[in-house]
Amino acid sequence: MKETGPNLSEKSTLLQKGTVAPDFTLPTGAEKKVSLHDYKGKNVLLIFYPADWSPVCGNELTLFTEIHNDFQKLNVQLLGISVDNIWSHEAYTKSMNIPFPLLADFEPKGAVSKMYGAYNEQGFSSRALFLIDREGVIRWSYLSPLLEVPGMDEVLEQAEHLVATQTNHSKISESRQEHHV
Amino acid sequence: MFKSKLKIPPNDGDQRKGSLKAPVVLVQYGDFQCSPCRKLMPVLEDLKNHFGEDLCFIYRHFPLRSIHPAAEFAAIAAEAAGVQGQFWPMHHLLFQNQNELDAMTIKALGSSLNLSRKQFLEDLNLPILREKVQNDFNGGVRSGVNGTPCLYLNGARYTGLFSYKMLSQEIEELRKPKGLFSFFS
Repeated sequence: MKETGPNLSEKSTLLQKGTVAPDFTLPTGAEKKVSLHDYKGKNVLLIFYPADWSPVCGNELTLFTEIHNDFQKLNVQLLGISVDNIWSHEAYTKSMNIPFPLLADFEPKGAVSKMYGAYNEQGFSSRALFLIDREGVIRWSYLSPLLEVPGMDEVLEQAEHLVATQTNHSKISESRQEHHV
Repeated sequence: MFKSKLKIPPNDGDQRKGSLKAPVVLVQYGDFQCSPCRKLMPVLEDLKNHFGEDLCFIYRHFPLRSIHPAAEFAAIAAEAAGVQGQFWPMHHLLFQNQNELDAMTIKALGSSLNLSRKQFLEDLNLPILREKVQNDFNGGVRSGVNGTPCLYLNGARYTGLFSYKMLSQEIEELRKPKGLFSFFS
């Protein structure tokens, strides 16, 4: 594919598996803010993307919207993050029927994206995913090429694997308690 | 990572043109309200005409309901027409009238085909047809479909341009016999 416009190749600087996910607070509307710690006890998928209204991001967020219920069943909260402002996010959410919050990493520009190593120096968030477990530890991160929507097969498999592991750990823990009683 | 393969193999439940035993099986995931899918339709028809029995073409549904409000109903309607052997004519009509699609238009399009109108309208409510569309969609998600149209050639994701030239080259390559002698050619 001919490369036009922004530089499409990115070297991964993403926070990796096993890292404690940095906490943050970002606005998701005129009077509403969201913090990562609000979701403690729940798994979270952070979806960093370059821009509202761009064609590739539209495809990506549409796919996440279509399978939002699958993530809900897995107790995984989706959070979209870009450097757009809250008004753009509000119009975009309405236009695309997006059922999960879009967070504005607008001021200081890209601060949270930078904390996660998911900031493209051309001025926008990278197309990156972080699966964070209910204890706040990153269990999977993935940097997608700028013009490529990640396949949901891998994302779902990662989420299912995490939940299966958690279920297994809970069972072992219960079994231990019963054993000691 | 993300090297997608078709997770649901071509099967008798698929809407298809050609034999499952053809040397090349092309599976399309599509949405009747997707403009690039409409543009691809004549290209795929030309490919089928050119390769004949060497190519089996399968259409699976991948309606993006959040942005295409009539896409799921259109998919169900195509399947309802398919119950009476009219899937492909309905598939064509839906793409040809893509910009007009709503429930009323879709019912009218189906009713214009050579089928029992009463049965067609009743079948639009069959849960099994809705499930078929949903199963196609789910299979697409598990196969890494990340937008429409999305094509698989003999189970492998096609990532080239959607042009007749590029696709025909790929199909030509795949239909070559894979024997000892092909190693030297």
